[in-house]
Amino acid sequence: MFRRSFNRFCAGEEKRVGTRTVFVGNHPVSETEAYIAQKFCDNRIISSKYTLWNFLPKNLFEQFRRIANFYFLIIFLIQVTVDTPTSPITSGLPLFFVITVTAIKQGYEDWLRHRADNEVNKSTVYIIENAKRVKKESEKIKVGDIVEVQADETFPCDLILLSSCTVDGTCYVTTASLDGESNCKTHYAVRDTIELRTVESIDNLRAAIECEQPQSDLYKSLGPENLLLKGATLKNTKKIYGVAVYTGMETKMALNYQGKSQKRSAVEKSINAFLIVYLFILLTKAAICTTLKYVWQSTPYNDEPWYNQKTQKERETWKVLKMFTDFLSFMVLFNFIIPVSMYVTVEMQKFLGSFFISWDNDFYDEEINEGALVNTSDLNEELGQVDYVFTDKTGTLTENSMEFIECCIDGHKYKGVAQETDGLSQTDGPLPYLDRADKNREELFLRALCLCHTVEVKPNDTVDGVTESSELTYMSSSPDEIALVKGAKKYGFTFVGVQNGYMRVENQRKEIEEYELLHTLNFDSVRRRMSVIVKTQSGDILLFCKGADSAVFPRVQNHEIDLIKVHVEHNAMEGYRTLCIAFKEIAPDDYERVNRQLIEAKMALQDREEKMEKVFDEIETDMHLIGATAVEDKLQDQAAETIEALHAAGLKVWVLTGDKMETAKSTCYACRLFQTNTELLELTTKTIEESERKEDRLHELLTEYRKKLLREFPKSTRSLKKAWTEHQEYGLIIDGSTLSLILNSSQDSGSNNYRSIFLQICMKCTAVLCCRMAPLQKAQIVRMVKNLKGSPITLSIGDGANDVSMILESHVGIGIKGKEGRQASRNSDYAVPKFKHLKKLLLAHGHLYYVRIAHLVQYFFYKPLYDAAYLTMYNICFTSLPILAYSLLEQHINIDTLTSDPRLYMKISGNAMLQLGPFLYWTFLAAFEGTVFFFGTYFLFQTTSLDENGKVYGNWTFGTIIFTILVFTVTLKLALDTRFWTWINHLVIWGSLAFYVFFSFFWGGIIWPFLKQQRMYFIFAQMLSSVSIWLTIILLIFVSLSPEMLRIVLRSVRRRSTRSNLSCKKASDSLSTRPSVRPLLLRTFSDESNIF
Amino acid sequence: MAMNYNAKDEVDGGPPCPPGGTAKTRRPDNTAFKQQRLPAWQPILTAGTVLPTFFIIGLIFIPIGIGIFVTSNNIREIEGNVFMYYGLSNFYQNHRRYVKSRDDGQLNGDPSALLNPSKECEPYRRNEDKPIAPCGAIANSMFNDTLELFQVGNASDLMPITLKKKGIAWWTDKNVKFRNPPGTDPLEERFKGTTKPVNWVKPVYMLDSDEDNNGFINEDFIVWMRTAALPTFRKLYRLIERKNDLHPTLPAGRYYLNITYNYPVHSFDGRKRMILSTISWMGGKNPFLGIAYITIGSISFLLGVVLLVINHKYRNSSNTADITI
Repeated sequence: MFRRSFNRFCAGEEKRVGTRTVFVGNHPVSETEAYIAQKFCDNRIISSKYTLWNFLPKNLFEQFRRIANFYFLIIFLIQVTVDTPTSPITSGLPLFFVITVTAIKQGYEDWLRHRADNEVNKSTVYIIENAKRVKKESEKIKVGDIVEVQADETFPCDLILLSSCTVDGTCYVTTASLDGESNCKTHYAVRDTIELRTVESIDNLRAAIECEQPQSDLYKSLGPENLLLKGATLKNTKKIYGVAVYTGMETKMALNYQGKSQKRSAVEKSINAFLIVYLFILLTKAAICTTLKYVWQSTPYNDEPWYNQKTQKERETWKVLKMFTDFLSFMVLFNFIIPVSMYVTVEMQKFLGSFFISWDNDFYDEEINEGALVNTSDLNEELGQVDYVFTDKTGTLTENSMEFIECCIDGHKYKGVAQETDGLSQTDGPLPYLDRADKNREELFLRALCLCHTVEVKPNDTVDGVTESSELTYMSSSPDEIALVKGAKKYGFTFVGVQNGYMRVENQRKEIEEYELLHTLNFDSVRRRMSVIVKTQSGDILLFCKGADSAVFPRVQNHEIDLIKVHVEHNAMEGYRTLCIAFKEIAPDDYERVNRQLIEAKMALQDREEKMEKVFDEIETDMHLIGATAVEDKLQDQAAETIEALHAAGLKVWVLTGDKMETAKSTCYACRLFQTNTELLELTTKTIEESERKEDRLHELLTEYRKKLLREFPKSTRSLKKAWTEHQEYGLIIDGSTLSLILNSSQDSGSNNYRSIFLQICMKCTAVLCCRMAPLQKAQIVRMVKNLKGSPITLSIGDGANDVSMILESHVGIGIKGKEGRQASRNSDYAVPKFKHLKKLLLAHGHLYYVRIAHLVQYFFYKPLYDAAYLTMYNICFTSLPILAYSLLEQHINIDTLTSDPRLYMKISGNAMLQLGPFLYWTFLAAFEGTVFFFGTYFLFQTTSLDENGKVYGNWTFGTIIFTILVFTVTLKLALDTRFWTWINHLVIWGSLAFYVFFSFFWGGIIWPFLKQQRMYFIFAQMLSSVSIWLTIILLIFVSLSPEMLRIVLRSVRRRSTRSNLSCKKASDSLSTRPSVRPLLLRTFSDESNIF
Repeated sequence: MAMNYNAKDEVDGGPPCPPGGTAKTRRPDNTAFKQQRLPAWQPILTAGTVLPTFFIIGLIFIPIGIGIFVTSNNIREIEGNVFMYYGLSNFYQNHRRYVKSRDDGQLNGDPSALLNPSKECEPYRRNEDKPIAPCGAIANSMFNDTLELFQVGNASDLMPITLKKKGIAWWTDKNVKFRNPPGTDPLEERFKGTTKPVNWVKPVYMLDSDEDNNGFINEDFIVWMRTAALPTFRKLYRLIERKNDLHPTLPAGRYYLNITYNYPVHSFDGRKRMILSTISWMGGKNPFLGIAYITIGSISFLLGVVLLVINHKYRNSSNTADITI
């Protein structure tokens, strides 16, 4: 049998497409056959993006794909080629600065990746070559090399296990770094090579392996039993020999590594929208100015007065071309309304800001000794924008630490810690169970619990003499199983461990029973059950199966169901996870057949999964139901409070779970997602299957619900939020199969219809529970909501591998560093240890970041709206730093207040601060101030002299005055907006003003030899010697700040008035202060808009 | 102002390490900075704090404004030093092509720039294959009318009034920014190899007989080279110094202004003016600043009153500082 299986691997003659042939040790199989070296990729892992050579061109290319950078490049080129009023340096320098900073940041990140790659690639491995151990670097491994791996080492590539130091050729492996499951998995060597345990013998092996072409599916099969994956770690085995089959980028790990697609935040999209609006303004402005110029020039003495003649070249230029260059010049002149330094400041703000999340002590969890993890810094502000929260149930809402609560054997309920001391007298206290089932059935049930699992016993390093069974540590990929095994232990049956293929169980009489483990039919989420086939000491072959009720009930005799079903449903109502246990005896002849089928399926190279499933399906039939178990899934700490807070913050919480409806529903009640007065609308197989034609029934239900909801809520959306607080709350429950019925309905015309009705219903419900979801369906739902009208921001939170798809799909993905492995947190944007941390993450951090970035952006668009032409450089130095500090440190509301009053979150939802209203406000403010500055100074210059000695000032003084006012106003305005003055704010704001003054003195104090024109020479100092100018500056600063001050006063007055209303009406009127402005083009701009 | 100094108390020390845990704990540092708990001054800008600002501003601005206004209006009386300006209108000294058309290196006495002026000076860079000194449109268009002022005496005789040529330019311009080409030779030698600007009558080294006011450091020239910000501008031409404290500098009487007309302004629809003015501590006569101060001060004061009334209406409802978005 094994011979045959190996032959399948070794079927080296024909080289089929979809398979590859590997020669073990790179020796030809037979002497006659010429050895053809095949080309496989080497064992280098490359996760980095750039090399030293292509960094510059590639990085530059990528940076200029950004619309803003491209725009500035164009401006720069115009300035270089066309005669323009401003020197190319003014736009070239900031652009250069921005590009350099970004390049350095990306280069650094790539260097880190290079380093990480090198660490892996240069690690030493031992390869068997010519009967000798040769030390090599990991990247030198070729396909076909025989690799020696020692205990606690990581496999350098995907290996086929040839032999291990143990006689039976097994080895233990943990795949913690691949999928987070920390239990040891057993892998088996290929039967034919088990004996080859020395260097010499293994080198003499002549064989060829035929295997599938590299595939990425990590979960499809964590290897047939003898494939060891790169990244996994060898445990509890001294050393193994294996032959490399997949190397480098073809290993499963590398194939699974995928660059996450860049998520962009709504704020960034708003920025782009603003950018385009400003671009439009710019073009209009330039066009108007060009027209005006030519109108003005139409009088000849304006065009070319005698004192200012044109050069010959200028005169000869073609008129249209000249107009065009004039237009371009104006564009360049006004290009400062689009802030070049904004992008870099925004990037820096995000980058530095994300540290505050990972630094937050409140996210620290003692248990796993870790705090929050930030995988991307681009989405900080998005946390303050979330509309929909999709959460996984298991491990996210709940602890995923299971406790065995009760069981039911043949309809008899066993509860509490039973003193199952058979034969001995009952201990005092209330009877642990009400009545007992048949003794044999009871033992069978408990044995089933002990046998039907994949739990590993971690060998304790116990000193001899201590009883083995006293302290056993169980490890499993599923906590349910541990709970069950522990539960069985309470009743007297202890699982001791697996030895040489025998499962050992200590029964109530302290005897060890041994069962030969013949087959394990692993759990998967489609079958929703697992089985083991064991052989008892007496030679009977038994199959034990456990699984969800829906998966087990159809496969057992009908009459057994009723008794247990009551219990199962009752338990499910209480929020327990229930599993049903069934068994069947297999006759020896039958077993032969079953065994053959199973092995065939396992060895299949193609469609292995389908074949296995088919075989499993055949085996798990006609079983007898013995009982059911109930396991409590504890809610996470403060899960309910968090959900309530999120609700209060106006978020819609959807629970997407793979669990069955009853369990999920009870969890939802427990965590207060559904209130007791919530009316539930159910769209499940149960409600639908009553009718003959599912689709008709579905249609009927959908329309009925819609009617109901539409009647309840008036059409206008504005009162929707209010309506929630006053009207009946609705919750929707839908399960996977119904959902797929809705989404993939056969008639395409109908499906669209269903879909829209379904969405309408969903939108009107406060809470939605989707149960029995496949991972892909979770993502489907998220995508569906994401594409709703108004494209709400979605957030997904989950902990398991099954949540990855939805985490990747949603705008913000949050991973829980939970027990179901690291898969989720690796793929998420943020990872926190517990669900409760979501509250602070969203309400405090999200809120603050949003407000900060919104201010930052507005400030940037506001700041340079004047023609600050020759002083752009100042812009970067003087006014960027304060806003950066502000945007990092501002806490306009105390963090504690934020977390305790979730309603505040609502105020910023819907991108409220980057809407048309505030945008116009800032723009007009800027225009107003620009006017004030210019005309203020203009009128000042009407006089003969501003000085006490009668000397005159020129145009450069004029510019400097305006600019000084500008710098002061802008900085002071920021100071007015700052509500949280730390010493850093003080330093930066006052410091930058001081620096401005100092710099101006310095810049004007020396004749700079490298400058062609000494325009600024002594201007600033001379300017300050005039009292009039001082007075003007003070006056104008005050005038331009007064609207802001007025706004503050009016706002505080208005707030008082709303508060007084509030106290009278006692209604939640703060909701009505939510801006009713419609989003300004915001998210209608797709991602393409900033990629060329 | 209602401000509260909010130093959030720092939690003392980190949490105790897990017992026997030599293992590095990954708990984030519990510092005030990282936990965003830096002590901070949180000014709460409410009506109560901003309103007084309006009042104070109003109260300060109005007197200042009145002061300025009065000073500015007093300038009329010709006492103290009198400054003589010429004014041009519709002359765009701030045209961008014009403003650039100079070579500061040449003006600073750089010998290489003298013979090879900057390209910016085009089309006033070279004339008949010789470099122009000073090059550029600004220099070329220098104002070259001569103004002379006479007092008409009792017998209709003209008594010339001394007009001081020096002291009209910025000190730094005269002494640092503008320099003649180096050397001890007479100026004419030092400017050898250059030619005069096309529109000039005399070359640059013949602008004045005074060695200290000739060539590039001629103060009329320096003043012209400081380009004006607006198309209608004035430039300082001469000083009339006060002789003694007893007599006014220009006593009331008849005066006679003699203009040697060289400078064409009709072609660009311009006007010429001559202005005599005294100067106060805040410069020449300009009602703008005073009026602006008075206006803004009044508005500010008025706003303060209005807001106070509005604010008072709601005062009863609440007194506490509020959360602001």
